[in-house]
Amino acid sequence: MQDAKNRKEAQRYAELVARLAPKSEMGQGMARAFLVGGLICVLGQMLTDFFSMRMRFGAQSAATATSICLIFLSALLTGLGLYDRIGKFAGAGSIVPITGFANSVVAPAMEFRREGLVMGVGAKMFSLAGPVLVYGIGSSIIVGLIAFALEVIG
Amino acid sequence: MSRRLGKQTVALAGGPGVLGWASVAGRKEHDGPYGDKFDRVIADEMDGQDSFEAAERHMLESAVRLCLLKTGKKTEDVQLFLSGDLLNQIISAGFAARALGIPFYGLYGACSTMSESLSLGGMLADGGFADLIVCATCSHFCTAERQYRAPLELGNQRTPTQQWTVTGAGAVLLGAGAAAARAKAALTHATCGRVLDLGVTDANNMGAAMAPAAADTLAAHFHDTDRSFEDYDLVVTGDLGRHGRDLLIELLKEKGVFVREEKLFDCGCEIFSARQDTHAGGSGCGCSASMLCAHLLPEVCAGHLQRILFMATGALLSPTSSMQGESIPGVAHAVAIEHRQGEENA
Amino acid sequence: MIAMLWMYVKAFAVGGLICMIGEALLLKTQLTSARILVGYVTAGVILGALGLYKPLIDFAGAGATVPLTGFGYMLAHGAIEGLENEGLLGAFTGGVRAGAGGIAAAVFFGYLAALIFKPKMKG
Repeated sequence: MQDAKNRKEAQRYAELVARLAPKSEMGQGMARAFLVGGLICVLGQMLTDFFSMRMRFGAQSAATATSICLIFLSALLTGLGLYDRIGKFAGAGSIVPITGFANSVVAPAMEFRREGLVMGVGAKMFSLAGPVLVYGIGSSIIVGLIAFALEVIG
Repeated sequence: MSRRLGKQTVALAGGPGVLGWASVAGRKEHDGPYGDKFDRVIADEMDGQDSFEAAERHMLESAVRLCLLKTGKKTEDVQLFLSGDLLNQIISAGFAARALGIPFYGLYGACSTMSESLSLGGMLADGGFADLIVCATCSHFCTAERQYRAPLELGNQRTPTQQWTVTGAGAVLLGAGAAAARAKAALTHATCGRVLDLGVTDANNMGAAMAPAAADTLAAHFHDTDRSFEDYDLVVTGDLGRHGRDLLIELLKEKGVFVREEKLFDCGCEIFSARQDTHAGGSGCGCSASMLCAHLLPEVCAGHLQRILFMATGALLSPTSSMQGESIPGVAHAVAIEHRQGEENA
Repeated sequence: MIAMLWMYVKAFAVGGLICMIGEALLLKTQLTSARILVGYVTAGVILGALGLYKPLIDFAGAGATVPLTGFGYMLAHGAIEGLENEGLLGAFTGGVRAGAGGIAAAVFFGYLAALIFKPKMKG
């Protein structure tokens, strides 16, 4: 009885909170994400072209080399305190590219330097990006296993 | 004679006096509309220390020392130090107490700590358990970010309801007996808040989590003391922010409280200007504490404000409770502060 | 030359669009950036395994490989390729091998940055 009353009150309050909440500017946010995300990808394309045309890398190697360059750049900008400013402007535009992944590795590593090199930098480095590896690698193995199963059956 | 009024309020008949105060603030707070009023502004976020946490407790310690310096008291004169902060195991308060050497009760009320410590300090002074008591608290943007949110250099966006943790500290010296007679301000009532939770789970919307507790405590205070907005020059809330303040007004109206909006002063809304891009406003223990000590107490003592109700609000969540999907309980404690003539030769 | 410029336009448009979807998710839901990244990498793995992501890469190049969905695609592609070349063992090692460059770079440069730089107050 008390529970039902509380639930009803909570629901009523949630509606009030939603009604009075300041709104995000959807259009502006998405335009900025599009612009910055697109530009990061263009930079990636330039690097890929450089590695495949000038350095004669294969497609896969060129893509890997591009990733490494972008991650280096992101680490540098994060260290200089510039990447969080880009992120403030671009939101997902600088989170979704591989540079955002790098930022989420570098930022906690820097933040927890004071807690030591092992349990600070070492342990906290993947406190945000760790899940990406867990789910990325985990699901890739499942894909491999399913493909294996299909091979056996087929 | 019972000192209790109604269910939640006590009357402090002896009127424990506010003998002194001091505030410390960071650069961003210094750039705000009340920037010139802080007693001390730290040079940078490290304040000469080697971690953000050390900087935070150093601010707290220096606020207490400044407060005592301004009133000509020594740490040995003070019988009790009531303090708390936002960090796990209230390390700022504990470590500052270690440096100060004053007998210490550690408090946790999240951002309601300033009014919690004043309520308890007022009761202890009025009860004759101590003559000189320091009530203080602090917060720091960088320590709160790393404990509750994300590393500083992470490139994420802040939501519109999010608030900016104030880097600052405030300390108040309360006195009873002969010392109190000289005070230009006195505590007259304290209302202890109930912990309320209306199911808000968004840790980026603290104002919404705390507004129900603020409305509840305010209504209880008005009921217990038979007062209303008319009896106060200002009703001060701690850090509801713009969104939380709007919600408080709505909730009070629902409770049938007649709201004088121009008398509702939220420290979180006031401490930063709109161009400082803090979204919903300031927050943190240091928000209400530094505003109380930089602006409100001087105004009361000068007689510009005759009577205010100071009600800091706290969100009683932790990173663990947030990650486990629990909703956010809120609390608010209120203390009434009045101007006194103060006997010069007492 | 024109073909190259056209490639940049496609990379910009597709990469921008993928990021824009992420922004819509951030604004409309309470998802944190870490959850968005997990969602993207997993989506990339699934789309890659179903053979739906490769055409996007052929079309937009870095516009599809640079977003984290591209990292997911790389992991899935590596696992399948590993399976073809080395059998069951390859299914386990292929994904990490394909993503090794990125992961190693993040660890290495992240560690270096932590040694060199200090976090600063947000502006």
